Amino acid sequence: MSQSMNGERRPAKSDRLKKIFDKFFNIETLRGVSTVAVFCGLWQLVVYYEVPYLMYLPRPLDVAKKAISSAAAADYWVDWVLSLLRIFIGFIAAQVVGIPLGLAMGISRTFKEFTFPIFEILRPIPPIAWIPIAILFWPTRELSIYFLVFIGAFYIQVINVIQGVSNISLNQKLAAYSLGAKPKDIFWRILLPGSLPSIVTGMTVGMGVAWNVLIAAEMIAAQGGLGRTTWESYTNHNIPFIVVGMVSIGLAGSLCSVLLRWLGNRAMPWTKKF
Amino acid sequence: MSDPTKTPGAISIRHVDKVYDPEGVHVEAMRDCTFDISAGEFAIVVGPSGCGKTTLLNAIAGFDTITGGEIYLDGELISSTRHQIKPNVDRMVVFQNGALFPWKTVIENITYGPLVQGKMNKAEAYARAREMLDLVCLNGMENKYPEELSSGVQRRVEILRALINQPRVVMLDEPFRGLDAVAKTVMHEFLMQLFCATRRTMFFITHDLDEAIFLGHKVVILTTRPAMVKKVVTVELPWPREHKVMNSKDYLDLKGEVLEAVHEEARKAFEAGEREMA
Repeated sequence: MSQSMNGERRPAKSDRLKKIFDKFFNIETLRGVSTVAVFCGLWQLVVYYEVPYLMYLPRPLDVAKKAISSAAAADYWVDWVLSLLRIFIGFIAAQVVGIPLGLAMGISRTFKEFTFPIFEILRPIPPIAWIPIAILFWPTRELSIYFLVFIGAFYIQVINVIQGVSNISLNQKLAAYSLGAKPKDIFWRILLPGSLPSIVTGMTVGMGVAWNVLIAAEMIAAQGGLGRTTWESYTNHNIPFIVVGMVSIGLAGSLCSVLLRWLGNRAMPWTKKF
Repeated sequence: MSDPTKTPGAISIRHVDKVYDPEGVHVEAMRDCTFDISAGEFAIVVGPSGCGKTTLLNAIAGFDTITGGEIYLDGELISSTRHQIKPNVDRMVVFQNGALFPWKTVIENITYGPLVQGKMNKAEAYARAREMLDLVCLNGMENKYPEELSSGVQRRVEILRALINQPRVVMLDEPFRGLDAVAKTVMHEFLMQLFCATRRTMFFITHDLDEAIFLGHKVVILTTRPAMVKKVVTVELPWPREHKVMNSKDYLDLKGEVLEAVHEEARKAFEAGEREMA
């Protein structure tokens, strides 16, 4: 198995460098960059012509300057670390609890009959509505925020896993039984990989909600973090930094999405090829 | 393969009844269905849509129970009202819409059976699977995922996945449905080649009468619901068959015979359908 199967030789080092170069500097990247440039151009025009209601908008150049000076300061990166840490802890906890729970609900009808109604009553409560009770419940602010992020990612994942399990075709399960699989094989080799696409979708959507909740929670209750700093810039009337904060949150969210997509492709090589 | 002089895989279907939801809707799918398939025989089952062919297959495979009668495999009771043997590798099913695992490559799919049963180690299973892929000219496909393959190739892989387990019976539920006529002729030759090489009992459900006569030793025609055996036509054309046999007089006579029986049932099914709609 170790030798290459399709007859391709390992590319030489210079080839590999060229491949990496081609991956980042190509027409697709150029298209993306040009749109960002046009967006910044329009923004500049809006500020220049003092468009009504948008007069508080800082100039792109001021924002860029602010961004550079912030990036040089350690405080800015502390906010990044704080926010990412909160996201990861809450998000991972949501997966650790949500995936097994969803699998159990998807597999056992009895278990679902017991648990689904209470789940469906709690699920529509927006995560932000949990903020007061979370602050009261948990001994520290930090724990409350982890909990809120958890709530944001949790319900979506459970729903997705249940869906994923029910999407596996009956024939695949029957085929596996015919082939000699035992119930534990069905679980590990059929149900789990079969629901993996839904689990990854649940993670992607859940990550989006987790960031929503995190920023709201930070603005209300946290010390530090990208959301908190953005809010404090408003109270301090530091308008360029509001925009820097917003863009930072956007970048941090994208980073998480890219990471999840990469993980998803690694975990599901069979879906990558299309 | 195992001892060629003594192939197992004789199925005996004795007075089988199946009623779905007896207390409620009460749908009678099979009534007193009786016929035999000898070991190493290529048996074809035809009948109107929804007549209960798949019900019978599910009962033999162990996916579903019956409400009357018995089914024996090599003299051993595998299904009755009191007794139901679980699905097993001795009765392999190839499904109508395909049931390859999309998350496994071709070779992982094929070796799934022997590996999950612990019958072979990975090296043995892979070697065996490669041999089979070579036999049917699918070498080079082993690391592809099912969705990268045409539906014809998917079906072939699924048949190999069944055969690697050396089952006593291979049951195929309209495996070539949806393939075009050209692809079908290739598939028939493929299946015939594999059948000659392995001599497993085949239980093959189809609607395509040419397919039925071309492939079968015996064509079992079922009535419209509830399924009973209407007629069993023995196909005494020499093996292995080639496609030009379809022009021979013997072939056309057989086809006429089968067509007549099937048509009668199809008309009954049609009229019953009209009544149900009214």
